[in-house]
Order: sequence, then structure tokens, then C-alpha cells
Amino acid sequence: MKTYEPIIGMEIHVELKTRSKMFCSCSADWFGKKPNTHTCPVCLGLPGALPVPNKIAIEWSIKLGLALNCKIPSFSKFDRKNYFYPDLPKGYQISQYDQPFAINGNLKKVGIRRVHLEEDTGKLIHQGDSTLIDFNRSGVPLVEIVTEPDIHSSEDAKAFLQELHRIIRYLDISDADMEKGSMRLEPNISVGTGEVPDYKVEVKNINSFNFVKKAIDYEIARHKEILEKGQVPVQETRGWDEKKAITYSQRLKEKAHDYRYFPEPDIPPLIFKEKEIKRAKDQLPKLPGDKRRELKELGLKDDDIEIIIDDIATLNFFEQALNVVRLSGNREISAQEIANWLVNKKINIDKQNPKDLIMAIIAKKQNSQISSDIVSKAIDKVISANQKAIDDYNGGKTGVIMFLVGQVMGATKGKGDAQEIRKLLEKKLTYG
Amino acid sequence: MNKLNQLTIKQAKDGLKEKKFSSVELTQACLDEIERVDKTINAFITVTKDYALTKAKEADQLLAQGAIKPLLGIPIAFKDLYLTRGIRTTAASRVLKDYIPQYSSTVVEKIENAGAVIIGKTNSDAWAHGSSGENSDFGSTKNPWNIHKIPGGSSSGSATAVSASCSPAAMGTDTGGSIRLPASFTNTVGLKPTYGRVSRYGVVAMASSLDTMGHFTKTVEDSALLLSVTAGKDKQDATSLDVPVPDYANELIKNRIVTIGLAKEYFSEGINEEIKSSLEQAVNKLKSKGFEIKEIGLPHTKAALAAYYIIVFSEVSSNLSRYDGIRYGNDRSYFGDEAKRRIMLGTYSLSAGYYDAYYLKASKVQTLVKQDFENAFKQVDVLIGPVSPTLPFNLGEKVNDPLSMYLSDVLTVPINLAGVPSLSVPCGFSDNNLPIGFQIIGPQLSEGLLFSIGHKYQSLTDFHTKTANI
Repeated sequence: MKTYEPIIGMEIHVELKTRSKMFCSCSADWFGKKPNTHTCPVCLGLPGALPVPNKIAIEWSIKLGLALNCKIPSFSKFDRKNYFYPDLPKGYQISQYDQPFAINGNLKKVGIRRVHLEEDTGKLIHQGDSTLIDFNRSGVPLVEIVTEPDIHSSEDAKAFLQELHRIIRYLDISDADMEKGSMRLEPNISVGTGEVPDYKVEVKNINSFNFVKKAIDYEIARHKEILEKGQVPVQETRGWDEKKAITYSQRLKEKAHDYRYFPEPDIPPLIFKEKEIKRAKDQLPKLPGDKRRELKELGLKDDDIEIIIDDIATLNFFEQALNVVRLSGNREISAQEIANWLVNKKINIDKQNPKDLIMAIIAKKQNSQISSDIVSKAIDKVISANQKAIDDYNGGKTGVIMFLVGQVMGATKGKGDAQEIRKLLEKKLTYG
Repeated sequence: MNKLNQLTIKQAKDGLKEKKFSSVELTQACLDEIERVDKTINAFITVTKDYALTKAKEADQLLAQGAIKPLLGIPIAFKDLYLTRGIRTTAASRVLKDYIPQYSSTVVEKIENAGAVIIGKTNSDAWAHGSSGENSDFGSTKNPWNIHKIPGGSSSGSATAVSASCSPAAMGTDTGGSIRLPASFTNTVGLKPTYGRVSRYGVVAMASSLDTMGHFTKTVEDSALLLSVTAGKDKQDATSLDVPVPDYANELIKNRIVTIGLAKEYFSEGINEEIKSSLEQAVNKLKSKGFEIKEIGLPHTKAALAAYYIIVFSEVSSNLSRYDGIRYGNDRSYFGDEAKRRIMLGTYSLSAGYYDAYYLKASKVQTLVKQDFENAFKQVDVLIGPVSPTLPFNLGEKVNDPLSMYLSDVLTVPINLAGVPSLSVPCGFSDNNLPIGFQIIGPQLSEGLLFSIGHKYQSLTDFHTKTANI
């Protein structure tokens, strides 16, 4: 039997949360707004309107490139990608073709081919027989990250995307909310049988990491089945149907769509000085990898570290709680203890503050001190009042222990944990 | 004294200031002249009579209060590529024949803020595609000096409006000669500013990397005055230059005796003899005033035209794709032949497999042409040359021969590729009384120097004071 190797690359689009759009001063906060209220001549593509690039969006793209260990070329430019679609008011999208802001990076052993900046399109709304166009989203800054085809399993694809998502959140450049479409995931999948496959299938419309995993698994299985028959899967774009958990053919992809790219004449090329790039690099915030190391040094368990760093809000909460402890000089609360509370979600970080958490931990400690006193007194009482049962136990009828646990539970009015009591009883009966 | 509509901006400003006449009277005189001659010359697509008179009235009130603005109460016309909020803007194409813009171009705003009165929107080749004005979907404009001749294009209506004294000044656009060529054909002064000196925001784009926003006036002095209003950085145009705007009226009167270069390629065979001899006389006149004359070379002149058209077609094919039939009412079948020709050729030259041979190569030629000018300006301060190789030709003469039409631009396009400024100034008439002009070309942002030389020349000659009889 042949061995099949999945070859997976990712294209990820991320909407930046800049205040204004990519090439005009309209608000970029388009989601859920009344249609066509966040528009102007520029993002409507009216005659004579000209694009002026958003400096923050460019800075953020470079930040992301640096966070993905990319090289930032000193010369970059925008290009026009020409194609017709009703949601594209100019008939071309301003994007970057051969000289993007960031190239040749890597993340989790996956090569990052490029990070470039472009503008989002409008949104088509289909109503019965007619189609309406909402241009609120037109011109919202959109970063595209393209990986090398270095991923070989759906698990790795998911892990890669989750780490990328964290980095974007840590950089605070996007909500990266897949439900709202501010992070869009497009895996390119092919399956090789020793040689490099000469087709690939792109899957669109996937809005969660789990669905990416499922879609990839579905595709790998589908390709294998076709390859088994000695055929080659068709090069095409497929959609993801989350209800049926299958992919379906959307359109056959011509080998190379001719977008007639050429340099955007309305925007002068951008030149970055080495000094500027270095400063941007120095100003990068701590990223998930840095935090992973820091928490490890605090002695946290690996699983807990992953849970805490997964969400920047949880991480911030953890660090603030740790700081409360440090400032109070309390040496009895360990980092791991704080982690336990957070990981077990014993506190709602949206409603409570880190100080509340520390207070709760202290209170719990005192409480458990009190209850353990009560329990140990009750055990003594039960032992002296049930000599018969003790004798049975010592005589080998260990099953009687459950009767004694019940007695202690009764005496403490349910305080204390049955397992804990059992352990204490056994210890007491064995060692005296 | 001239009739009110025949005044220069300077003369009209003085008259208004001295209360010899009102802006309403001045505006009415222009409107009357349009009424009288436009049936013949077809310079206007839209005449904004009511709006103009309202604005003139406002200007008169401000004048009465002693307000001072650089163009207060002065009528002005705009090529119909400049967007004017609430006033139909067609780009002389049927595609936009009913389009009323929601916003005004930066230049329109600047000129209106300077107190000027918009008198109308002028005819041109549709989308500024052409050298004769005949590609307009609103009919050809006629040359006031001989109505059987073309006035030159693409800014045919703006040149003609000034030439026929319908307006003291008019804005045009120059991508490859569209201001200078018609200026030289109509005995007007035409300025093509440095690329980026004047904002392109809100002007229907032809070829974005080459489009410049300039104007027609009767005198060099007026040209300087107008550029002081239109020039400057615009935060809505990323290609506009962030360089302070000098007071060009002050630059104009500086007596600068400099070295003038004559490019031998601009006087080669194929240039009309009458044009050559007018140029020689003009050069001699300047020489007699102390200007030094030096012959230089612009070796890539010959390749410039082909490179220019490839770049233009490529950008046009992209710039016109927004008129996709979904908006603006009319679909792409409404494009005229020349627009369709440019869209097809441009689409071809940008296509995969052809890009390197066409667009990329043209960009390289552009770099060489730029270097030609940079080298020339190391040796001389300005260049002087003819604007057109021929005199105004007959209406219909070249409409079926696009290539010979394109050749009309052979002496103007290199300047656009180089991005430098050029001023077209009247310098004589042919035996059959057709105007001839020459262009003064300078390095980047040397408009002040061009004005001072042009003004000096006009103080020595009276060609620009001659008017056509219609």
C-alpha cells in the first residue's frame, strides 16, 4: 500500500482593528452597523477619489511580521489586483504583490512566506431575487498571512492557527474573531504519494479552529480515496458545510487567475530605515512564547500554562493576581495555586478583579483549616464510639470503613470531603 | 478697453477692486459670450448660469465689504473631469452623462474658496483620451481661429473657452500634452505643473502616474496667479508633494537671465517649417535679452511615445474598471471607441506573459527619459521646444488613424514621463493665421522660473493679445 503524506499550507486573513479604514478616514468599525453609513468617496470608489494609506495599519502589519520572525524588506509598495466583482467598487483591490511588508518568517516550525496588507471588500447581501451591496466593510485593513506548505496534519494546522491567533491577540491588532469574520482561515490541501502533488484544494468559509481540523481531515480522506483509484483530485476551491461536516465544490480554479497586477500609481512606494525596523522590533510586546517560558520558570504545570496563556485576558489576570500576592508579602500562596483557581474557573475574570481572587484563596485556606480541625475531632469521636466496627476493620473487614466515613460525615454535618475523611480514617486506624 | 469677457484675471481683479464693474457684470459678459459663440465652437458641456450668477452676487457682497481673496468674483471654467458637487460631471463620456457628484475635487474647492465663480464645465476628449477633442461623446470642439480645425486635446473645451473669451481662465488636465497642445493651437497660455504639485483628488483619473492638473489663461501672469491658488500638498492625495508653495506672482517678476537648452531631437525632421521658424524667432528674441542658448540632447525622445502609451493604456484599463455598469446608470457598452481601444490594449499589456515585455519595459524607458532630463538640467536651466510637430489639423483628418493621432503628442509626452513642469506660450501665427506655441520646460518644481521667462517673453511680444474673430 502506498503511503500518503498530507501537504498543507494556510492563508489567513485578519482584519485589523484600526480606528479608520485602510485608505480613507471612515470608521473601520463596520460590524453590525447600518449598511452604507461608514462610507466616503474613497471606499465607494467614486470617480476621482484617491487612496491614502493608513500608517497605523502599516505599522501593525510590520509588527505582525516581526512577531512571526519575518524579514522586513526596506522597500515595499502597494499593487493593484484587477478583477471584477460587485463588492469591489474600483474594479481592483489595492494589495501587495511582489514586495510585501514581511517575508520569510516562521512559527512553530511552519515557514511564513509573506505578510501583506490589503483592503477588504464590501459585503453582498442576497435578498430573494436581488442582491444588495453594503460598502461599510469596503476598505477595512486586511492582513494576509501566507505559510509555506509545511504542515502535515490537521492537528498541527490547528495548533499553528491557535498560536497565530494568540500572537495577534497579544499584539492587540485585531479582534481576530472568527464568528465576525475578522479572522478567516483557508487551508490549501493536497496529498502526496512520494512525489510533489501537482494540484491543491483550497477550502473557504471556515470559522473555527475545530472546523479547520475537520475540513482538513475530510479532505485528506477524500483525496486518498481518489488517489487510491489512480485518479488525481481536481484543483478547485471548496466550501465548508459545518452542519453536514463536509466540504463541497465551489468553483474550479484556473491554474493561475490573471489579476494583471501592477504597481499602484496612487501610492508612492514605502521605504523603511533599518533603525525604524529595529525600533519596531524592540517595541514588540511579550508574545505567547515568552510568556510560556516565564510561567515555566514560576513552576507552573505545562497544561495550566497552556490554558493561562491561551487567552490574554486570563494571562493578564494571572499576572495581576501574582502581583497582588507579591506586593502583600504573603508567602503562603504559590503561583500554581493561583493557576489552579484560574484553570478550574473558580473565579469569573470578567466580573471579579485579581484582588478578589487572592482574598478568596486566603479565605478558603482559613476555612479549610477550620474544617480540618472539625473533621479530626469528629474522627476521634467516631472511633471511640464504635469500638465494634474498629475491631471488625482491624480484623480484616475493611468494608466497614464506609460505615465509619458515614458516621464522620454525619457528625460534621456534611463538611469535609468523603474521600479525604476516608484517607484520614485509614491513616488513623493503621498508625493510631 | 477690452470687453469685460476679454479681460485677463489681473485686469478683471483690478477692475473689480476699483469698482469699475461688478462680478455679476463680468460673469454675465462671459455668459453672454458663451451664449453667442458656443453654438459654433462647442466648448461647454454644461453652463452653470444660475449657480454662477448666485456666486457672483455673493462675491460682489464680499467685495463691497472689502474682502480680499485671490480670485474673488473671477469666472472660471473646469474641464468636465473635475468633480463638482451638485453639478453634473461627465468626463465627456456617455457613461457618466447623468452623473452628479457628491463631492468636489480639491482644486475646485481651493478655487471656490479663493472666491472664483464656476461658469461651466468644458468639453474634452472622453476620459481625456485624445489629442484633438474629437473623441468627446458631446461633439467636437472647434478651433476659434478656424472652425474647420481641431483646437487640440484633450482639454479642447477649456483651451477654446479661454481662447474665445468665454472665461478668463479654465482648468484642464495634462497627462501627455492635453493642456499644452490645445494651448499652442488656440493662442493661450497652458501650464502643465510638476507631477504632484497640484492635487489630483476628485478629478476623473486617466493615467494616475502621469496626470497633472494645470490651467489655461490669456497671460503668463495669470497662470502664475492661478497656480498660487491650486498648488500645494493635499492630505487626500498621497502623491501630492509636501513642498511649500512660493508666491508665484513674485517669482514671475524676478529678472532671471538663464541658460536655455534646445534639444536637437525636438527640431528634427517632421517638424513643420513654420513652427520651426516661429521657435527660432522666439529663441532669438530671448537671446537678444541676454539668455544663453545651448544645444543639448534628449536621446530617448524617440522611445518615449511608445513607453508613454503602454503606461497610459495599462493604467486606463484599470482606472476605467470602476465604471462596471452596476453604478452610474450606464454599462460598459457606453464607452466610445477610443476608451475601448485603450482598455483592450492596456488589459493586454498587463496580462501574464506580456507584462515584462510591455509594462515593465515601458517603466524602464520612463526611467531613461527621466535621466535624459536630469542630465539636460545639469547643463542648462530650462529647455525650449515646440509643443506640436504640426499646425492644428482639420476636423476629421486623423479620427480614423489613431496612430497618427498619437504622434501629435511626440513632443509633449516625454515631459510627463519625466514629471517635470512645462509652460506653453504663444509665439506666432502661421501664414494661414493658425496659432503657434512653444514650451518652456524646467526641472521639478521650477514653475516660478518658467513663469519669469514666459512673462519676460510676453513683455517683449504681443501674440498673446491677439484674439480670434468668431
